[in-house]
Amino acid sequence: MKVALFVPCYVDAFFPEVAVATLELLERFGIEVSYPLDQTCCGQPMANSGCHQEAAPTEALFARNFAGFDYIVGPSGSCVHHIRENLTAIPQTPEVQKVRQSTYELVEFLHDIVKVRELPWASFRHKVGLHNGCSTLRALHEAKSTEISEPAFSKPMDLLSLVEGIEFVKPRRADECCGFGGTFSVFEEPVSARMGYDKVNDHHGAGAEYIVSADMSCLMHQKGCAERLDLPIKFIHIAQVMNGARA
Amino acid sequence: MKRIDHAEASSKFIRAKDHIEFHDRRLWDLRQKRDRESEAIPEWEELRTLASAIKEHALSNLGDYLEQFELNAVKNGAHVHWAKDAAEHNQIVLDIMQDRGARTLVKAKSMLTDECEMRPFLENRGIEIMETDLGERIQQLDDEPPSHIVVPAVHKLRTDVARVFSETIGTDAKNSDVHYLAESQRQHTRPYFLKADAGMTGANFAVAETGSIVVCTNEGNADLSVNLPPLYIASIGIEKIIPRMEHLGVFVRMLSRSALGSPITQLTSHFRAPRPGTQMHIILVDNGRSERLGMDDFWYSLKCIRCGACMNTCPVYRRSGGLSYGATYSGPIGVIIDPTFNLRKYSSLPFASTLNGSCTSVCPVRINIHEQIYKWRQIISERNQLPMLKKEAMQVAGKVLASPKLYRAAVDAAGSSVEHLPRFMLYNRLNAWGRQREVPAAPSQTFRQWYLKNRSKERVES
Repeated sequence: MKVALFVPCYVDAFFPEVAVATLELLERFGIEVSYPLDQTCCGQPMANSGCHQEAAPTEALFARNFAGFDYIVGPSGSCVHHIRENLTAIPQTPEVQKVRQSTYELVEFLHDIVKVRELPWASFRHKVGLHNGCSTLRALHEAKSTEISEPAFSKPMDLLSLVEGIEFVKPRRADECCGFGGTFSVFEEPVSARMGYDKVNDHHGAGAEYIVSADMSCLMHQKGCAERLDLPIKFIHIAQVMNGARA
Repeated sequence: MKRIDHAEASSKFIRAKDHIEFHDRRLWDLRQKRDRESEAIPEWEELRTLASAIKEHALSNLGDYLEQFELNAVKNGAHVHWAKDAAEHNQIVLDIMQDRGARTLVKAKSMLTDECEMRPFLENRGIEIMETDLGERIQQLDDEPPSHIVVPAVHKLRTDVARVFSETIGTDAKNSDVHYLAESQRQHTRPYFLKADAGMTGANFAVAETGSIVVCTNEGNADLSVNLPPLYIASIGIEKIIPRMEHLGVFVRMLSRSALGSPITQLTSHFRAPRPGTQMHIILVDNGRSERLGMDDFWYSLKCIRCGACMNTCPVYRRSGGLSYGATYSGPIGVIIDPTFNLRKYSSLPFASTLNGSCTSVCPVRINIHEQIYKWRQIISERNQLPMLKKEAMQVAGKVLASPKLYRAAVDAAGSSVEHLPRFMLYNRLNAWGRQREVPAAPSQTFRQWYLKNRSKERVES
């Protein structure tokens, strides 16, 4: 299968180690991964601000970069959600539709397509709080949210449970939004920061040493909050944990 | 008309530490109770689907069901009036009262009358109005609009209520015991029920096949308002119609569970006909609803049964308070309804959301609230109602992100990228990011630079 690595702009610029872990992890399963060098962004920042017209050229570039792959895999639930559900500022040619349908968030790709059942190289001997970003939780439906009456399930938890030595703590409001929300984080800064403070305090109160998530943008925001609050809590992307990071 | 600045208003709300903590905790408690109730009903998700289907059917045939309702209500002995907007509604209420020499009105909670700004209209014309719902009465005495559609004074602490009551109905300012306060309000309100010339309620449901009105309450004040005065007026938004009595059970099972996490309201009152010797008037109010019904993306908002579950679950609402929305309807449902009243005034509201989707998940009638919020943002942008700063930032971001060359120039500066990158990623509001948060440290190289160094020999793609 032809797999392309989609590295969201903020991961490329700020968190290259997350992209490296994603690439290496996919390769551990014998997958040959291509990285289209002209990629930039999925268009979400503009589209979420209502600026479809401004998002269109970026979306078109995304579709061009990733045409022809069987799977497009990225370590970011919200970007993947944008591509799958909201990449609509450009004409929906069969090629564009194919790109949208073929785009997967890393966890669901490993869980549903690769069907990962063991991670023998991974060991993470820490107390961990799992943060499911809202796109991952409610839009991509990778786990049961507390609002919906349905049998419990969690794809990220299934995968993390394969990691040796990992211990989970349960925050009181596990699936409350952390307040990042893209441009919300700056244009609604007071509420955004307050939500972030509440989120990291909740995990800290539950005894988490690390907050782990498939959404690095949530973690970027939470990390900024925790550092400002001087909380002794660390942040790591789920790809890094699954790829064998020890701390 | 001045735009509502939700961010600024929320900032004030957050500064009141005790208030925001109580507000957040109280509403989250309702959300958790709602979860327990919904989880206890195995068919909860099917009920939501059914409720949604009934509402969509009723709205799709609204004209027919409204006429059926009118026919049956008139048969029952009620008078039916039609109001195309708030002004007509208020005038009809005034005319009904003045025709009968009525000067005092006891009323139960009704968001519709708030939407119509009925109280100041009537008060300016010599009508005395007593809100009889405890929360609504607190807000009336404090001269504030309700901050929540189910719990109107939820943003107040009991000490705030003690202050309001001591200044208005003469309670002991130092006594903030909730039983004392509630009993004081009760004693103060009782005489009005007996002397009032007219009583008023809204409606939770209006049943077309019976011409009857259903009002769900917890305090008994609606029943007193209807059953003591010689004149009863019910104001009903036209979207409250359900076709048949058999449909009511679907909604009654979900309404209070969604709202307060209780299985049912204390009272589910059916008002069908005037008591002998009295009059019953029903006002069917449009006030923008027909226009909304014609909006492809937004007519689903008319399914709303005003349970407030979306507000209770909304992390933004809980941390900014209902008054920060500057509108009759606040929280997620307000965000999608308010722009239909005034797009410019409420243009910041669809951005008072992280698009987390929790509102949609708890909505008992499956309104796709967060998707409508997303759509409103597009309309606000298309109609040039975005703040200039945001629009310009998006134009710059759109240009940079559409060009691999410009994008690389911005991010490949590596060590200094933090100076370039946030400028377009965070849209000239870096200060806002850094006010209460640390800025992420710039790594020594981007992923692409790492890739070119470590991998590109084997697998270059472009």
